[in-house]
Amino acid sequence: MMRFMLLFSRQGKLRLQKWYTATAERDKKKMVRELMQVVLARKPKMCSFLEWRDLKIVYKRYASLYFCCAVEEQDNELITLEVIHRFVELLDKYFGSVCELDIIFNFEKAYFILDEFLMGGEIQDTSKKGVLKAIEQADLLQEEDESPRSVLEEMGLA
Amino acid sequence: MRELMVRAMYCEMLGYEADFVYIHAIKLAQQGTVLEKRVGISIFLKQNMYYLQDLQSTNLIEVCMALTVVSQIFPKDMIPAILPLVEEKLSHPKEIIRRKAVLALYKFYLIAPNQVQHIHGKFRKALCDKDPGVMMSSLHIYLQMIKENPASYKDLTGSFVTILRQVVGGKLPLDFNYHSVPAPWLQIQLLRILSLLGREDQSMSELMYDVLDESLRRAEMNHNITYAILYECVKAIYTIHPKAELLEKAARCIGNFVLSPKINLKYLGLKALTYVVQHDANLALQHQMTIIECLDHSDLIIKRETLELLFRITNAQNVTIIVEKMLGFLRLCNDDYTIIDLVGKVAELAEKYPFTIWFIQTMNVVFSLGGDLMQPDLPSNFLRLFADGSESEEQDRQLKLYAVDSYLAVLKGDCSHLPQRFLQVISWVLGEYSCLKEDVDQQEVIRLLKKLLEQRGVSSETRSWALSALTKLCKGPGYAELALELAESLSSSLDTVLRQQAHELCLLSQDSQLHARVLPHPAPSDNLEVDSSLSFLDGFVSDALAAGAAPYKPPHQRQEELSQQRALSLEPYGLSLPVTMSSCTLTDRQSPTFLSMSSDLSVLCVCSANTLMLEGVKRVWGKDGYIPQKEPSLTPAAVDEPSDVVQSPDQQGAAETSLPEPEPEPPQLDQEKQQLASSLFVGLGSQNSMSLLGKTEVAVPRFRRKARQHESASTSGTSESSSNSSHSSRSTTDSFLYGGLLEEEPATPIQNSYHTLNSTSENEGAATVSAKEDKQANSSQILGKSIVSQRNCSKSLPVAFPHSSDSMVLQLPSELQELPHSDVVSLTSDPHLSVSCCRVFREDALLLVLLLFNPTETALRDVAVELSCEEPLMLNTEEYGKLWLSISNDVKQNLKLLTGGGDPLRATLNALKDSLQLHIVDIIGSEGIVACHLLRGGPCLMHCRVHGASLAVWLRSPLPSLPDCLLYHCQRALQEH
Repeated sequence: MMRFMLLFSRQGKLRLQKWYTATAERDKKKMVRELMQVVLARKPKMCSFLEWRDLKIVYKRYASLYFCCAVEEQDNELITLEVIHRFVELLDKYFGSVCELDIIFNFEKAYFILDEFLMGGEIQDTSKKGVLKAIEQADLLQEEDESPRSVLEEMGLA
Repeated sequence: MRELMVRAMYCEMLGYEADFVYIHAIKLAQQGTVLEKRVGISIFLKQNMYYLQDLQSTNLIEVCMALTVVSQIFPKDMIPAILPLVEEKLSHPKEIIRRKAVLALYKFYLIAPNQVQHIHGKFRKALCDKDPGVMMSSLHIYLQMIKENPASYKDLTGSFVTILRQVVGGKLPLDFNYHSVPAPWLQIQLLRILSLLGREDQSMSELMYDVLDESLRRAEMNHNITYAILYECVKAIYTIHPKAELLEKAARCIGNFVLSPKINLKYLGLKALTYVVQHDANLALQHQMTIIECLDHSDLIIKRETLELLFRITNAQNVTIIVEKMLGFLRLCNDDYTIIDLVGKVAELAEKYPFTIWFIQTMNVVFSLGGDLMQPDLPSNFLRLFADGSESEEQDRQLKLYAVDSYLAVLKGDCSHLPQRFLQVISWVLGEYSCLKEDVDQQEVIRLLKKLLEQRGVSSETRSWALSALTKLCKGPGYAELALELAESLSSSLDTVLRQQAHELCLLSQDSQLHARVLPHPAPSDNLEVDSSLSFLDGFVSDALAAGAAPYKPPHQRQEELSQQRALSLEPYGLSLPVTMSSCTLTDRQSPTFLSMSSDLSVLCVCSANTLMLEGVKRVWGKDGYIPQKEPSLTPAAVDEPSDVVQSPDQQGAAETSLPEPEPEPPQLDQEKQQLASSLFVGLGSQNSMSLLGKTEVAVPRFRRKARQHESASTSGTSESSSNSSHSSRSTTDSFLYGGLLEEEPATPIQNSYHTLNSTSENEGAATVSAKEDKQANSSQILGKSIVSQRNCSKSLPVAFPHSSDSMVLQLPSELQELPHSDVVSLTSDPHLSVSCCRVFREDALLLVLLLFNPTETALRDVAVELSCEEPLMLNTEEYGKLWLSISNDVKQNLKLLTGGGDPLRATLNALKDSLQLHIVDIIGSEGIVACHLLRGGPCLMHCRVHGASLAVWLRSPLPSLPDCLLYHCQRALQEH
């Protein structure tokens, strides 16, 4: 099971974090800080897996953003790498060639996509189409929602 | 409002406190439109109850969102409230909802497994769902459940194999493909499940050979995702019952990984190799040059993994160089976790080969590098090994002298930067052994220790170690002055331990006789007698209790009670019992249990607390070697176990006779590396490096345990058959001698086991019943660790022991006499029969030997032995209620109800009563209460309620593991019915 996922920039700014196990706020901060130091210090040619505390860290750099996942001992590292890749693909498809700014300004969307893709630390929907469809539907509903309220009720009843 | 929320959320994400907005977020989520809901919900992923109404909504997306939130971090107490709603969603027509519902249940399962117990049937339904996505999510739950209890899901192996075959064959919709590989996540999940199911189970493993082979074959493409599948396959193949052909393929795969230029694959290859090398050391040999290269890799992670691999292949010949490499890495490393881990490993290796100067040197480096991070038992293990010494006296002496020398040298230098633990070890060794060395001036040693004592930045623990070393050294009249001076300077110390020690030092130095008695030299090697139950306090405790003090409650119980008070009571008991009974005192009969338990626990607490806390205590008892008592079970294992874990005996033999043949290596490799390789891999290869042969060799140690079990089974079988044959003239009427029924309390609580024993002898019959409690056989870990679930009862032949007419001398059978055993205790006797018992401690089992002696002339025909340790506890409902409130240690579980004829509850309880000797206190409507207690032990209460087709039981007992144990036996008893 995935324990948490972090996105941070080359400069060490946290862009997105998602925790799948209950962790105290203080510990979170400490872990994020430590982990960022460790990951940022690594050179590009090095291996993308780390053993850190009792966890395995899998990270990958896309442009200026580091995607970093912590998984448990028995999990498969390579497939976690693919989880990251699939998430990037999803972001890319949704935003249309995604960049760091997209995630900064539309971070709620990024969270929605992540929630649709991973749930409770396990992969939920492996198909790219499926995830995007779910997101689109939610967006659609939201847009319609901004119109008068009776429409929503119709939608809800339909 | 919305905008503000979004900003607040951003603040929170950046790490600022924004708790105050939560309540507004909740409001927003409740009243707002969908957009506002989304914003609100995503901000407070903390817990709240307001999305309940969303779960009931008819709008698809609202339900989706609610389920997503539910699967976030979720409080345990609220699961019952929300569970029915989520459960209902399992049969929703939309697959996305079903999928999310299954995942939400998975989350619940992780948080509180017993609360979702009753819907296991629905998990099966989810597994058979027509949508592969839903099926896949249900696999998460199954993986978790199978990990906990593989035995009960063996029947699903076939289905999992079929699913995997379909997936691999590309039968799933194209949506599930990832880079044209069919559903890799699903495949990996299935492989993990299969490897768990096939572990040490040949018949299950045979089912999956084909499909594993096929997955290996199909995963050929050169992409990360196929490597992920391959890696998982390899792991599965090495986990399940081995098959030569597959092992060979897997080995080839690992080779590809290791040789790959991609660093990630190389890392995984090394990892796989580490995993595999225990089974097949030859594989490491094949890749030795790669491993050497990895050892010098610039990436620390790779280096670290390589060391891990080397650690696994260490043997007597290469240990020096491997340890050297590890220490080299330690010097570079600055990560605390890695240091702790590595230091432990180095020490483990070093301790396997003690009594050499190398050992001392290594441990010195370990102590100075590992510092105060290392596990606290390391120094004491080291000191114990050191104190125990080796067989040869002379070597021992040399070693100790060397140590003293090296430590004196260390202390003479600047020791302000040394870790405290190291200083403690140094002081102990100097105090104990510096007198071995004649040419060293004791004054010099004392001066150094004194310097240490006065040094700044030394912790008070270390000071106390140093002071006790000084106390040992200060004997004879010459030191009285020094002692006085020391005592004076420390008598005003803030640390009470130090002050006490100073005082002791002062007294001991004046009275040399007392000194010799309290601190004998050399320290006697036998362990001190310590009254671990603190029984000398019992009188005090019972006085206090009599005077009205509250009984001691162990911390965990207090914690539980506190949490019970705080938590919402969702259980039925608050209603069905009178409230006034909540504060009840214990009856006399139970207080001994409480007492003994409390004293046991307090000892536990003392032991688990910082070991050095004992320092002050030990001085009171006047013995300096408390270290030898620590973990006596650990060190013998470390000493006794011969150098080798990795190798099978054959290989070891080969290694001793010859060094491995040098591998054909490309000539351009430099000499140095080859040397390194040969020193690292020495002793690993067998001469004929035919891989198949190597594997068969390797298979031996893996299954040795199994074989031994067979062996024991067969021996017991033969003994039984011989007993049968010798008594072929067994009487046809199997009359049981009920007079000889006896009640026995074994060392651990176990089930009743009946077995009859046919033994006759002309005048006197002695039957030895050895109830073997085979701890190894106890692989099903349902019960707590201390409780043994299985028992093989083997009977051995009657042993004729010398019969002297008057005083009967009871003797153990000769083969048991060698083993350590307790005295033969007479349990009961009457004119016809006397029964004695003796406990024999064998390495793998506790044997309980019953000696039956028949002094009369009549022949003893049949003996029926009933071992029982529970007995019904007679209570009425009111007493039950009192007792129930006074104890904790809850266990809740669902049992299946017996159906057929009449009231199912009554039938089930009666069945339990018959087989387990329980007392049914009362049955009220659909609820029943049952009580029993251990012989001379604590009570256990059980509350049952019919819940649909199952029986929800709730057990409570003051003994922590008793409910689990009883529950297990209830399950067994019901299964037998």
